Amino acid sequence: MSFPLLTATAALPALGAIATAAVPAARRTMAKWLALIVSLATLVLAAIVLVRFDPAGDRYQLTESRAWIADFGVRYELGVDGIAVALIALTALLIPFVILAGWHDADPLETGNTRWRPTQGFFALILAVEAMVIISFEATDVFLFYIFFEAMLIPMYFLIGGFGDRAHEHGEETASTQRSYAAVKFLLYNLVGGLIMLAAVIGLYVVAGNFSLTEIAEARANGSLDMATNTERWLFLGFFFAFAVKAPLWPLHTWLPNAMGEATTPVAVLITAVVDKVGTFAMLRFCLQLFPEASKWATPVILVLALISIIYGALLAVGQRDIKRLVAYASISHFGFIILGIFAMTSQGQSGATLYMVNHGISTAALMLVAGFLISRRGSRLIADYGGVQKVAPVLAGTFLIGGLATLSLPGLAPFVSEFLVLVGTYARYPVVGIIATFGIVLAALYVLVLYQRTMTGPVKPEVAEMPDLRVRELVVVTPLIVLLIFLGVYPKPLTDIVNPAVKQTMSDVQKKDPQPEVEAAK
Amino acid sequence: MSASAVHSLWTTAADPISKIDAPKIEYGQLSPTLIVIGAAIVGILVEAFVPRKSRYYVQMFVSVVALTAAFAAVVGLATSGYGTTKAGIAAMGAIAVDGPALFLQGTILLAGLVGLFTFAERRLDPEAHGNRVDSFAAQAASVPGSDSEQAAVKAGFTTTEVFPLLLFAIGGMLIFPSANDLLTLFVALEVFSLPLYLLCALARRKRLMSQEAAVKYFLLGAFASAFTLFGIALLYGYAGSVSYGTIAQVVDGTVKDVNPALADTMGNDVLLLIGAAMIVMGLLFKVGAVPFHMWTPDVYQGAPTPVTGFMAAATKVAAFGALLRLLYVVLPGLRWDWRPVMMGIAVVTMLGGAVVAITQTDIKRLLAYSSIAHAGFILAGVIAMTPDGVSSVLFYLGAYSFVTIGAFAVVTLVRDAGGEATHLSKWAGLGRRSPLVAAVFAVFLLAFAGIPLTSGFAGKFAVFKAAAEGGAGTLVVVGVISSAIAAFFYIRVIVLMFFSEPRPDGPTVAVPSPLTMTAIGVGVAVTVVLGVAPQYFLDLANQAGVFVR
Repeated sequence: MSFPLLTATAALPALGAIATAAVPAARRTMAKWLALIVSLATLVLAAIVLVRFDPAGDRYQLTESRAWIADFGVRYELGVDGIAVALIALTALLIPFVILAGWHDADPLETGNTRWRPTQGFFALILAVEAMVIISFEATDVFLFYIFFEAMLIPMYFLIGGFGDRAHEHGEETASTQRSYAAVKFLLYNLVGGLIMLAAVIGLYVVAGNFSLTEIAEARANGSLDMATNTERWLFLGFFFAFAVKAPLWPLHTWLPNAMGEATTPVAVLITAVVDKVGTFAMLRFCLQLFPEASKWATPVILVLALISIIYGALLAVGQRDIKRLVAYASISHFGFIILGIFAMTSQGQSGATLYMVNHGISTAALMLVAGFLISRRGSRLIADYGGVQKVAPVLAGTFLIGGLATLSLPGLAPFVSEFLVLVGTYARYPVVGIIATFGIVLAALYVLVLYQRTMTGPVKPEVAEMPDLRVRELVVVTPLIVLLIFLGVYPKPLTDIVNPAVKQTMSDVQKKDPQPEVEAAK
Repeated sequence: MSASAVHSLWTTAADPISKIDAPKIEYGQLSPTLIVIGAAIVGILVEAFVPRKSRYYVQMFVSVVALTAAFAAVVGLATSGYGTTKAGIAAMGAIAVDGPALFLQGTILLAGLVGLFTFAERRLDPEAHGNRVDSFAAQAASVPGSDSEQAAVKAGFTTTEVFPLLLFAIGGMLIFPSANDLLTLFVALEVFSLPLYLLCALARRKRLMSQEAAVKYFLLGAFASAFTLFGIALLYGYAGSVSYGTIAQVVDGTVKDVNPALADTMGNDVLLLIGAAMIVMGLLFKVGAVPFHMWTPDVYQGAPTPVTGFMAAATKVAAFGALLRLLYVVLPGLRWDWRPVMMGIAVVTMLGGAVVAITQTDIKRLLAYSSIAHAGFILAGVIAMTPDGVSSVLFYLGAYSFVTIGAFAVVTLVRDAGGEATHLSKWAGLGRRSPLVAAVFAVFLLAFAGIPLTSGFAGKFAVFKAAAEGGAGTLVVVGVISSAIAAFFYIRVIVLMFFSEPRPDGPTVAVPSPLTMTAIGVGVAVTVVLGVAPQYFLDLANQAGVFVR
């Protein structure tokens, strides 16, 4: 048997997490470097996966299959298609930046307590999340996926609740209460979603007798596994509910602004740029493949919910006074676009949605991390506390602007390509929906530019007059992300080449063909 | 009943008995129980003859050897096929030696061994007058707060009787799930209940609460026993026999010989339904299912924590074993009658336990309500009425018992001046002061909550899957909902431990001896292993999933 590359990609950060957690309390810096090196090594492995993946080859590649819990019909089955490869690469790419950006976020306030090791815990938890996210992108066994989909909540929960921004306008006591509220809200929302999915997972087993995605999808396609219409719909709803909480889709989104607002910036990036992608990814991989008929049945409602997410998220983003919450609501709007693209059931829409997942990850990471650097300098998340920053810290302001422009999908930056594809793909089948969704872009321009105007331009506020510009560590974090945004904005072909074949497969699963342009149809 | 029938009762009894067959006892197959009960009797003799100073060590030695030997005997029986091909009925039809019995006996013995370690812990309380003390009263008979109590403490008395009491309880529990007639069932019930009532009363600290708990447990337990006994009488009237096999035959209508004395009542369904309901009620009392759960929180809170842990784990295993055998061997013909009722009980047990637990402020009471909710989950597997149902329940019981003992062992570590600090507010910030202890407890809580990669998830998945396949989909949905509710209060404790500021007057974490460390370590190891790689144990439970009849 060949080298289990996919297992290694997930196992490396997991082992790294254990090693990082075991570093003695006094050797904080060593823990940080260890975590960084492990995440870089994981990036190398992810790059090898990317290189070894052949877009023209089989649907699932680098597959591994081992017996695991035969009694539950569960096998340890891994395999990646183009969508998964792209998202694994995104995850592995972002984690080193998350670690670097959070370099000082978890330094202990009090020294002397030798048992309490927050730094080690912080970086170990980040690596644990990375491992679980990667394996959920790789799993082609529904049960295996479910296990890590759920288990990843626990380290995320500790990351949100255990580490917050140092400075807080209401003092440490309130901050700690709000943090644990946000963490509990995050966990309960996702746990309830996951438990409902558990009922559906059990139901799927009763119907299908095993959990292998490939086997079930094949059996569905050739008709040997017949599900009653109602059964399929209930199972679909069970799965979709969990993914819609994770993604998050309106009206299940309310945990996200809390969690992103209270968590430290790197953790907020981790939530929205990495972990939430598992939800949208799972819609593509599991909902559409396992329950094609029910997916088509539910499409109208999901499209409406996605539209509401787009508009409602954008409107609330416009009204926010808190920078991090603003980015959170913007993300809700963007997740609306992603879900819209998935359920538009056109290949352009789904390609766009997949690209969007990657691009949104990069652009939000850039915007959010720079916002985090800004917040850490002034000690406030409120927009009103800033003004004229571009005069004192021009590099910071410039990178912030590029991150913001990427968020509003400026042509030339990566998210534009994906947003355009989603809109075109949606318009082809549902013109009205496509038109309404376009307003999301207008609102995005509003909230991004108003945010920039209020914080960066205008007279310099006295509190920000002494603000230092970006440091070397911070530049190392931001520059590659911006380069990537520009590169993928101008030349998205490498990404689309990987993604498109997988999208075609998914489209054929749901037996949807792209609508023909009307001119041709008329001939 | 006609006069002649009554008369025939007397005359048959008066017939001259020509020969009494010597009972045939399969000592080998009964060896686990015999070893434990024998060791318990030795333990009593130790109390009588061994000098006070060395009793603790002798008792420890006897108990550990006995439990290990009994476990070895169970393994020996299982490997030589008594769980599968050679499964049969022993001791003149009184005891069944089959897969479920051996599996549960093995679980009870291991849980008992781990429980024994927590019983023997003597490093947690500060030394009293230069003597190391354990969790048990210096002299049970002395009135709390009296001079004689102080004298006993000063003299360094310890209640080493707890070891034989524990062994007797384990002995009874070993028989309970393997009992193959109703009288043996009842005797086993009493053999393990009476020592537990006593053990509950023996706390070293908060003695009044402990004694109150014992009285409550005893009174309610006596009621439950009375119900069971009355049910047994009614079933005897119905079937003319107390043997499981015969009753099952009468239920199925395939009985061969009718007892003439009971000809009028035999086959009377009223007797069957009421009798069966009463016996099941007694068993549901022991597993702590709603509405027979009232004793659980008080007893769990008042009893010495090591006893609570052992009781919560082992009693549940034994009682569910007996319930399984009763429902699967004796009453399968009646399943259309009892299934809806049991489904109702499972639903209220899951929801009731989870909902009430939210309002608890004491960690032991919280775990008590959580154990009620878990009883509901296990009932979902019982109701499946498939071989998968049996094996899923067996697996769940094994997984659950070690988490429970481990969790209560952690509770014994968190102490302040008044002994164990069980009020939840005192646990605030524990994760800052003792990250390791808090992390271990968090693992147990996550297992209770059924988070993937812990044994709790594998168990929950197994029982829900069995229930869904057995056609009880409603139970799965309710189970999932109550899991979500339950997750809330488990998480609340984790929040408290990790995200709250420590209180200045907060408790300290005692450094335990290797005994408690072993108990906790075993708990963590089982939780993780059964969560990540449960296949071996699922196989074991599957092989053990067939009852002998």
